[in-house]
Amino acid sequence: MGYHLNFGVVWRNFDLLLSGLALGLGLAVVAIFIGCWIGLAAAFAMNSKHATWRRIASGYVTVFRNLPPYFLIVFAYFVLPRLGLTFGKIETFIVTLAIYGGAYLTEVFRGALLALPRGLREAGLAIGLTEWQTKAWLIIPVMLRNAFPSLGNNFISLFKDTSLAAAIAVPELTFYARKINTETFRVIEIWLVASLMYVAACYLIAAGLRFFERRLAIPR
Amino acid sequence: MFEQGTFLYELWVSRWALLQGVGATVLISLLAILLGTILGVFVGLVLVYGRWASRFVVRMYVDFVRGTPVFVLVLASYYLLTQIGIQLTAFQAGLVALVVFCSTHVGENLRGALQSLPRGQTEAAKAIGLTFPQLFVYVLAPQALRQALPAWINTATEMVKASTLLSVISVAELMLATKQIVARNFMTLEFYLLAGLIYFLINYAIERAAKAAERRVALPS
Repeated sequence: MGYHLNFGVVWRNFDLLLSGLALGLGLAVVAIFIGCWIGLAAAFAMNSKHATWRRIASGYVTVFRNLPPYFLIVFAYFVLPRLGLTFGKIETFIVTLAIYGGAYLTEVFRGALLALPRGLREAGLAIGLTEWQTKAWLIIPVMLRNAFPSLGNNFISLFKDTSLAAAIAVPELTFYARKINTETFRVIEIWLVASLMYVAACYLIAAGLRFFERRLAIPR
Repeated sequence: MFEQGTFLYELWVSRWALLQGVGATVLISLLAILLGTILGVFVGLVLVYGRWASRFVVRMYVDFVRGTPVFVLVLASYYLLTQIGIQLTAFQAGLVALVVFCSTHVGENLRGALQSLPRGQTEAAKAIGLTFPQLFVYVLAPQALRQALPAWINTATEMVKASTLLSVISVAELMLATKQIVARNFMTLEFYLLAGLIYFLINYAIERAAKAAERRVALPS
């Protein structure tokens, strides 16, 4: 064996790792923000009167939930440019992750919409709000409060999926971990620290989400 | 139709590479779910019935693995296991990562299912004099499995998705096979779309199986 642990290299590069972690968090935040809009639109489409909208939305959910995220990223980054669609690495990654996550968020929102009492929409219309005003000021806020716990879980899994960005050389945590690994061969130290950083980040996000969950829960 | 340079011709030329890729993807996913389930059942049982020390250790293992992205698990397993003197092929190292990942999913799923059973079931079984093994085999396990089955089938989808990551550590599953084929014939769009279609069909079949299982095991209300 003769392997002696030496965390020196890891600590010297700790600022790189931290910047990678911050980038990963940023990617996840932007991706879930865009994904929420996609998910909202698709969830309303799924409850729509028109069969065409319902079919498009459920087709989107079925297709994107069943494709591997790594495949989607490789496809978006290596295949789309051959059709003349070229975007930056980070933009490509965020949009891909948003579309992938949006399929899961659609299911979350659809469930939350179905759980709302019918009276809510009727009450909005009765006090003279238009259909859109009712959606924007009554249905969506109440629905979001109900959907918040699942939304949080989806955020954590999207955050973990940002590690895939390393495959297209976006400099996030996994990318730096691999780089330091090949440059210094401090294999055990770097992977231990990198995964501990992910674990700690996930733990902190989960704790923060639980705090907001209590604040946002609809009192009964 | 089969002239040189057309998609069908290239598909015919690369049929064995593609089939091997699909075979490897299916084999990896199957092995991961099989071995992961064996380990996962153990994890779930310790989480529910273990003494506090063993429960604590297994809880740490589960939280650590679930907090780490699968991609990191795959890379770490590939680079790290060799370093500590365990000589594995890329295939085996990737499989270890997926088995570990799968075991935590199965373990948590089983724990949830066992703990959701009403206490009265255990009390009633004890009241009629069943020993713990009898209680488990005849009362708890059948009900817990019923609850855990749909989520367990969905874990298979996760494994198929995670198997794509093994292409990064040079395991020639479907992703890498596609990449190699495309490097030769430059039909990037066609062959990646084909790969996507295959992944979709595999996962869609699993999803349908999970939905069917869900209907099948639902308690009549």
